[in-house]
Amino acid sequence: MRAPAVSSLVERELRVFVKIWHASAFSAFGMPVLFLVAMGVGLGGLVDDRPGAAAGLSYLHFVTPGLMVAASVQQAAGESLWPVLGGIKWDGRYVAMVASPLTPVDVFAGVLAWIAIRVAASTVAFLLVATVLGGVVSPWGVLALPATVLCSLAFAAPTSAFSITQENEVPFAMIMRLGVLPLFLFSGTFFPVSNLPGALQPLAWLSPLWHGVELARHATTGDAHWADLAHLAILLAWVTGGWLWGLRTFPRRLTP
Amino acid sequence: MLESLVDATGLTKRFGSFTAVSGIDFHVQPGEAFGMLGPNGAGKSSTMRMIGCVSPVTEGHLRILGMDPAVDGPAIRARIGSVPQEDTLDTEMSVWDNMVTYGRYFGISHALIRERADELLRFFQLIDRRDDKVDPLSGGMKRRLTVARALINQPEMVLLDEPTTGLDPQARHLLWERLYQLKRSGVTLVLTTHYMDEAEQLCDRLVIMDRGRIVAEGSPRELIDRHATREVVELRFASTEEQERSVPLLEPGSPRVESLTDRVLVYTSDGEAALGLLAEHALQPTSVLVRRSSLEDVFLLLTGRQLEE
Ligand SMILES: Nc1ncnc2c1ncn2[C@@H]1O[C@H](COP(=O)(O)OP(=O)(O)O)[C@@H](O)[C@H]1O
Ligand SMILES: [Mg+2]
Repeated sequence: MRAPAVSSLVERELRVFVKIWHASAFSAFGMPVLFLVAMGVGLGGLVDDRPGAAAGLSYLHFVTPGLMVAASVQQAAGESLWPVLGGIKWDGRYVAMVASPLTPVDVFAGVLAWIAIRVAASTVAFLLVATVLGGVVSPWGVLALPATVLCSLAFAAPTSAFSITQENEVPFAMIMRLGVLPLFLFSGTFFPVSNLPGALQPLAWLSPLWHGVELARHATTGDAHWADLAHLAILLAWVTGGWLWGLRTFPRRLTP
Repeated sequence: MLESLVDATGLTKRFGSFTAVSGIDFHVQPGEAFGMLGPNGAGKSSTMRMIGCVSPVTEGHLRILGMDPAVDGPAIRARIGSVPQEDTLDTEMSVWDNMVTYGRYFGISHALIRERADELLRFFQLIDRRDDKVDPLSGGMKRRLTVARALINQPEMVLLDEPTTGLDPQARHLLWERLYQLKRSGVTLVLTTHYMDEAEQLCDRLVIMDRGRIVAEGSPRELIDRHATREVVELRFASTEEQERSVPLLEPGSPRVESLTDRVLVYTSDGEAALGLLAEHALQPTSVLVRRSSLEDVFLLLTGRQLEE
């Protein structure tokens, strides 16, 4: 993997993206902001008056980082399913890439780099809006950006490593519905994991999304913990594991 | 002596336990148009992909431009052009953006790409379509764009896997003509085909492949002279029964007689004599065609099967 190789791939994505950005702007940015207004401001007004409200935080402060990371992860997962299989199966653009000096590992790195860039862009926009709405308390909130990108890569790396091994898109809808959606709802995004039935709590700890949400929340609320180092390490482990897997699956599929 | 651009000895490709390419030897010299002729499944694409450094060699020795694909894949690919069997154009972008994007994969500067892309699109008669999306282009245009794109790095050698399969005759002739000009400008061509006319038109030298092996090698003329008679008599009969009766009558007088589903091919230097034999037994073919032998005949004589089924 070489930097100019990856930048030529990012350039390719940008060239396509500048013509179609509006098609994905709503799902990447508009929707999370709508959720933030509806849940953080609207629903928050209801729950904040209740006894036992989330751990001393206002609901808006609680849900802002949750929504931000969960929306990014959803975007990252989608981007590492269909487009990745399409590159080898439907339009053969990966075949063209590896016929040039680019290698299958460059292609994999290009996929992840582009996902990181897109997620970063949506996250910056979301953070700005959330700050205006009062969802971000601490200036440390800027660290929520790397946390969100890292968490998205913790999904994108293994997911793209998997997608490239597939022959058709049949498993993808299932992954989104049975994998990503439950994580989206139950990883401490909209309510604390401690509100889950005891038996389900350890499941949430397995979810990379929970670790990402915890990190981002500690950033936006300016409330760092030693446990954050563990969250960070676990997310890095997901990224590394996915990367190592992709180092095998991309070459095997693209250069059989 | 000039060094070979491709140097293959005992080249083998296996997929699991299946052997697609079975220990073949060949060499490609600078400036020549080298072909691989063979039916579907012969192992042509598998060989091309190994040459293009997009498929690891299972066994044997392979050097491209003097380098080892296992070590120097990117450096080799930087100096060759590759036109795979299936078009791999970027369908999300325009003709022009396809050229630019592909050039960027080679690390070529935008300015240089613009200059070359303009020239190449003119050469391949695509300049009028430069801002169009790729999808609505005709098959011939897509193919020409794939070839144009493969030339963006000014390669020393271009690999063309079935360059004109699926194109109509006019589109094929246009592409042949451009490839011929390319060859005249000094670019080495390596191409595969299952059309004998394509092999005859474009190749200085070729190998005939069947089931992962090379069964013959030479210029089109040499192959025909060596493996076939100068002329062939094609006979068609009113019924299969008559065709079956004719074969044993013809065999003694001719070096080879091949009975296909719809006709009998008699490889002989004396067509008249063969027809005389049939007349003696009151067998009258419904049609008689005497023609020169082609590479198709060479393939049939070497393998007992037809190139295109
Ligand atoms: N990636 C692959 N995996 C398994 N078998 C393959 C693969 N690619 C080609 N083959 C098999 O190898 C044989 C030769 O294929 P190919 O090289 O495409 O032949 P040709 O190009 O002459 O038609 C075929 O039987 C084909 O099914
Ligand atoms: Mg083929």
